[in-house]
Amino acid sequence: MKKRVYLTYPKDQVKEPLLYHVGKKFNVVTNIRQASVSDKIGLVALELEGEADEIDKAIQYFIDKGVKVEPIELDIIE
Amino acid sequence: MSYMKGLKCRECGKEYPKEALHVCELCFGPLEVSYEYDKIKEVLSRSVIEKRSPNMWRYKELLPLEGDPSVGAQVGFTPLVRAKNLGEALGVKEIYIKNDAVNFPTLSFKDRVVSVAISRARELGFHIVACASTGNLANSVAANAAACGMETYVFIPYDLEKTKIMGTLVYGASVVGIKGTYDEVNRLCSEVAGKYGWAFVNINIRPYYAEGSKTFGYEIAEQLGWKLPRHIVVPMAGGSLITKIWKAFNEFIKLGLVENNNTKVYGAQATGCAPIVNAVKEGSELIRPVRPNTIAKSLAIGNPADGYYSAKVMRESGGWGESVTDEEIIDSMKLLAETEGIFAETAGGVTLGVTRKLIEQGRINRDESIVVSITGNGLKTQEALEGKLNKVTVINARLSEFDDIVKANGKEYALKG
Repeated sequence: MKKRVYLTYPKDQVKEPLLYHVGKKFNVVTNIRQASVSDKIGLVALELEGEADEIDKAIQYFIDKGVKVEPIELDIIE
Repeated sequence: MSYMKGLKCRECGKEYPKEALHVCELCFGPLEVSYEYDKIKEVLSRSVIEKRSPNMWRYKELLPLEGDPSVGAQVGFTPLVRAKNLGEALGVKEIYIKNDAVNFPTLSFKDRVVSVAISRARELGFHIVACASTGNLANSVAANAAACGMETYVFIPYDLEKTKIMGTLVYGASVVGIKGTYDEVNRLCSEVAGKYGWAFVNINIRPYYAEGSKTFGYEIAEQLGWKLPRHIVVPMAGGSLITKIWKAFNEFIKLGLVENNNTKVYGAQATGCAPIVNAVKEGSELIRPVRPNTIAKSLAIGNPADGYYSAKVMRESGGWGESVTDEEIIDSMKLLAETEGIFAETAGGVTLGVTRKLIEQGRINRDESIVVSITGNGLKTQEALEGKLNKVTVINARLSEFDDIVKANGKEYALKG
């Protein structure tokens, strides 16, 4: 399956190669579609492809590292 | 006759058929409806529009439907009030209130977007309509869906105020309260939309839904006598409305219906939730998400989907973004009510409060035309005023006790006998 998410890196993680680690640790294909990185914040639009439980583990890994993981719709409540 | 061409990615320009899509497969950018403007220009003129009924469908060529709307035929064409008393209080020459607090049927501008979204959802063959909401949108989806016999699911955070839930439940909608944070509610809703394939007005129907907001801008231009204002102040939650008002003004210019007046567009947020305003002030392209903490709950979106585009509109038009505190919101709600007799919801207090700040800062010229966008009715957010207004004076049914009140108020009136 494929899952599309937005990642928001906090300042202290901006320099970390998290996508590399995710690709090594879990059996998922990471595919960056858009990204914007400054010294204060990093935003990445990412597609993850793989088995559902591997994708879930990859997402949990990001969350544990302090990265915000959201559906591509951003906040839809209004 | 429809002039809707299809959907187009706002980022990379890739084109898509006019289906229930909202995200570009290629770059994940948002999709937007595109139109055949050349053909519209041949058929749409001021006089054609003026002959039509006073509702938002008088601009139907510029709305994304194949046929006639199946719900909300009376929505829109709300008053544009020349606010002389307010103008005096603020020391400005020409100020108007665009008053969607009296929009039909659920007293907010959301009826504009929802009537487009539901009509389009029916054209696309959907039978169930849904939304994620904290108030106005929920009310409008439930009411309009009921009016055209569609089944409705509304997703809300479980700890929402009772009064807001009532205004949705009364229409027979299935209301699902979700235990969890704001982020979790959002995540679940996009999963539900993906799995069940319902028409979520603010997810998979969003490109069509958002177009309904343009009518707010068209009406202002027409009601000003086919002129654009010099300044317009717009409240921002997800940031969609401000971009669509800008689009509406530019479409009217493109179609030759109005002249370019170099309108400056200003965005208003509450200080307790101002991610877009912060970005504008910092001159940043990135919108840093915030955790909302404000009484203006209808604007409390911490990670606004259209934040980037709203900031761009303010930059491009030469406008600005400003925010106000909860105290300033209440103060402006009271000022609008006391000067113009208009009871706006907290979001209206945000918009007027920001307008006042921009005038004081000299960003808005006191001699030029200003439009303040009021998007919802104060009756819906009465709890915000709890303890902030004068108390009711209670007396026995005796004239002498009333005389005492008059005396205590320090007023003197001519007496009849």
